[in-house]
Amino acid sequence: MHVAENHILEKAILDMGIQTLIWQVTKKAFTGGIIGLTISDRFCSVVPVRGDSMSPTFNPQRDSYLDDYVLVDKFCLKDYKFARGDVVVFSSPSHYKERYIKRIVGIPGEWISSTEDVIRVPEGHCWVEGDNKASSLDSRTFGPIPLGLIQGRVTRVVWPPQRLRKLGG
Amino acid sequence: MRWLRYLNQWRGTAKEALEQVSIVAKFLCLIHVTDRYIISSTHVQGPSMLPTLNLTGDVILAEHLSHRFGKIGLGDIVLVRSPTDPTRMVTKRVLGLEGHRLSFSADPLVGDSSISVVVPKGHVWIQGDNLYASTDSRNFGPVPYNLIEGKALLRVWPPRFFGSLR
Repeated sequence: MHVAENHILEKAILDMGIQTLIWQVTKKAFTGGIIGLTISDRFCSVVPVRGDSMSPTFNPQRDSYLDDYVLVDKFCLKDYKFARGDVVVFSSPSHYKERYIKRIVGIPGEWISSTEDVIRVPEGHCWVEGDNKASSLDSRTFGPIPLGLIQGRVTRVVWPPQRLRKLGG
Repeated sequence: MRWLRYLNQWRGTAKEALEQVSIVAKFLCLIHVTDRYIISSTHVQGPSMLPTLNLTGDVILAEHLSHRFGKIGLGDIVLVRSPTDPTRMVTKRVLGLEGHRLSFSADPLVGDSSISVVVPKGHVWIQGDNLYASTDSRNFGPVPYNLIEGKALLRVWPPRFFGSLR
């Protein structure tokens, strides 16, 4: 009788132990996730560069299986002050789930010459182009983009280690 | 040797202080995530959404989940980052989704000349309810969907206008 009772008691304590363990792990993961999300929104985040539209700045070899990872700074989103030459990450104006990385070559008020005519960059917008003009989907296709679509400015390459460098300018 | 004892005392207090700071930091992170991704309150003012929203300013609750799942529909009041000034947010109503054809009057104060547009892919057409005092898509064209940052839920201030917005 006593042995059976002890057995049930032990099992109950073990069950509670596993439950609290799962609860602790979930709590830690939740807290970690929230802190990570805040840091990635307000300070900086690391994103992979896909495609070769920014070659040779990023992903210089076409078929390399190693994509560049870059550090994206978010402090610039306080007052949206960007300069010509900044490489930025922005949401696509035509496909709402996609994000692109391109370089700003025109700030508000400037004139950009495209294929046939000269376009003035409107207030609150910017003209972006990829460094690899041959294979880049950028403002030459979808026009100037509102600055509000920008999600951060690229400051350094952080992976792979042999390409670690700070972006100039 | 006395300073060694002081050091030990300080170690205890320092650990407690660090714990308190980490609790505050976690709480601030929670506030940021809720405000940016779930629900937030905004003070809106201006004449462009009369009579739906008051001239002197209302506080509305806006949720930030619908636009991430593509669930913004016609007639929704949305918070949009202004395409002419990225540091400002504007509140307008969605009157056209991508692919829709709209016609609007170029200048509501003068005659009925009417312009017809098709909203391009990935864009929405936003307009203020007060056609006479609103700069919206009739001025700056359709805006990219990704500029939408929230959908208005209900008004919480002033109290006599508490409730959903229609």
